[in-house]
Amino acid sequence: MADNDTNSDDGNSAAYWRANLKWLSILLTIWFIVSYGCGILFVEQLNQFKLGGFQLGFWFAQQGSIYVFVILIAVYVRIMNKLDHKYSVKKK
Amino acid sequence: MDVQTWTYLLVGITFALYIGIAIWSRAGSTSEFYVAGGGVPALANGMATAADWMSAASFISMAGLISFQGYDGSVFLMGWTGGYVLLALLLAPYLRKFGQFTVPDFVGDRYYCRTARLVALFCAIFISFTYVCGQMRGVGVVFSRFLFSEVEGPMWFGFEPITWGVLIGMTVVFFYAVLGGMKGITYTQVAQYCVLIFAFMVPAIFISLMMTGNPIPQIGLGSEVTGEGVYLLDKLDGLNQELGFAAYTDGSKSMQDIFFITMALMVGTAGLPHVIIRFYTVKKVSAARVSAFWALLFIAILYTTAPAVSAFARTNLLQSVPNKAYSEAPAWLKSWENAGLIAWMDKNNDGIIQYAPGKVFEGTPAFSGNDRGENEERLLTNTPTDEANELYVDQDIMVLANPEIAKLPNWVVALVAAGGLAAALSTAAGLLLVISTSVSHDLVKKTFAPGISDKKELLIARCAAGVAVVIAGFFGVYPPGFVASVVAFAFGLAAASFFPVIILGIFSKRMNREGAILGMVVGIVFTAGYIIFFKFISPELNTKENWLFGISPEGIGTLGMIINFAVSLVVSRFTPAPPKDVVAMIESIRQPEAEGEELAVMDH
Repeated sequence: MADNDTNSDDGNSAAYWRANLKWLSILLTIWFIVSYGCGILFVEQLNQFKLGGFQLGFWFAQQGSIYVFVILIAVYVRIMNKLDHKYSVKKK
Repeated sequence: MDVQTWTYLLVGITFALYIGIAIWSRAGSTSEFYVAGGGVPALANGMATAADWMSAASFISMAGLISFQGYDGSVFLMGWTGGYVLLALLLAPYLRKFGQFTVPDFVGDRYYCRTARLVALFCAIFISFTYVCGQMRGVGVVFSRFLFSEVEGPMWFGFEPITWGVLIGMTVVFFYAVLGGMKGITYTQVAQYCVLIFAFMVPAIFISLMMTGNPIPQIGLGSEVTGEGVYLLDKLDGLNQELGFAAYTDGSKSMQDIFFITMALMVGTAGLPHVIIRFYTVKKVSAARVSAFWALLFIAILYTTAPAVSAFARTNLLQSVPNKAYSEAPAWLKSWENAGLIAWMDKNNDGIIQYAPGKVFEGTPAFSGNDRGENEERLLTNTPTDEANELYVDQDIMVLANPEIAKLPNWVVALVAAGGLAAALSTAAGLLLVISTSVSHDLVKKTFAPGISDKKELLIARCAAGVAVVIAGFFGVYPPGFVASVVAFAFGLAAASFFPVIILGIFSKRMNREGAILGMVVGIVFTAGYIIFFKFISPELNTKENWLFGISPEGIGTLGMIINFAVSLVVSRFTPAPPKDVVAMIESIRQPEAEGEELAVMDH
């Protein structure tokens, strides 16, 4: 989705945007794996394992994916705050 | 005290609280009316967003749906929360940085085009109306059971109880949404979140303790049934299969359909205008991100509890009703029958309730007034089907009936009613605000009468909210037979129109007016055409064999979205690049926020 034609004169902003996109793709890959991967595509295979009374695939679909989603946003908030701090231009 | 008294008491207290907050924090300017002046703390905004997000569908219907569908119901859990992740990561921070009031604002400015603004406006209003009708229906369901059914038989002054419920709900929402605007709504929603989460958790914890001995429902769901040495889910699989249903943990939809429905719900949810607007109510972009985290945490508490509630309710239902005589059926069954949401048709005249897969009769129950049959059951005028099933249970009642089914104290039953109302009212208020904002700001101020004064705009916003309440109420009382289909429509449309346009608007500098408009039009026409064909023109063809790639109308928005993306990207490559000032705008929303900077909200 990202464009390569970043012709910004401000190298700082471009670097910030690249770092942002890198983290977004990492987080969204995990997002896809826990929901579509574990909860849907490989649910049968994972259901052969048990987590207490849960079949593992069923657990991912109805519980696990949601826990991971919350963690993903928490991580995102931390990373973006750090990136903001690193790249931001101090206001006079 | 009985359930009735407790319900009057708790509902009365909570309503007084909401109205009190609305008066205390009422809006004085358009900025306060639209976005609460942009000054709500992140934690409070997170709670308000959670209440806004969790509708009557989440509180009342979702656990019921999962209860009846088992694994297939996971699409709602993953779809709605996963969509929230997309919203928080891909949309919210940038839209906040952009700093206007509404999504049509963003679309109109980003694509330098009035047509695009109007298309977005139309989608926003359509989606919000579809939703708000559902909320009014939810309010009606709660009231119908808890506030009226014991008054002189089910009918009262010639109306079904549900009608009275909708009327009361309309009045309350009208009062605080119209008066308070976004500022009033935000603080009311904070209170409503507290009420609804308490109301959802208390019975869940009680029931989890009773059934599994573990007070945490999320763990109880995976534990053994007390004293039986069998895992709850294994037992439930067995109970389902004995009666001929699919195993609870297995489900009956195909994998690709589950995949596409989940995706459509995710991207559809991410494009919901009433939730996006919530991110305009905090001061800074970083605060928008933090409040997105709080909101999902608050949402997750309910969303991980819901599947446990579903499984407990299903187990209790299957243990207490099928193959029992109607005359000995538990009291809750009869209360809900009085409310018109459970029906029993004794097809084989044996006085025993047979419960099996398949429809009992065509359509929703049509009772012949207060007439009673041989076993004192309410008589129906519906045409029976050939199926053996005799029991009609409206899916929406599982959460509300759950405490009664589990024989919890009366105050818990009443608490759930208050919670259901909080969930429905908070979402309805948020949606009404989107509708009124769309009309007064996007349609009147930005399109027809740019010179209008702040005061006049506020008046128009309030009138629009008022009209919207009345229309929503009307559809709540006389739900068109196609409400459920229209909801699929709203998600599909949001997925195929809003989502790609906003994403491309932020992440592609090359995306231009031509690409965006053509993409939206093709996406909407394809999705709408598919849904209209299978839901309205030829419903009899709506089966797996006839679907495109095995995708049901509920999931087709995903394909519409992919087509939209493809068309937009191709068309934009062959048409002129967007003007310089638009490119500059995209660059500015991508930049880090300066330290200590507080984004101004327009007019502020």
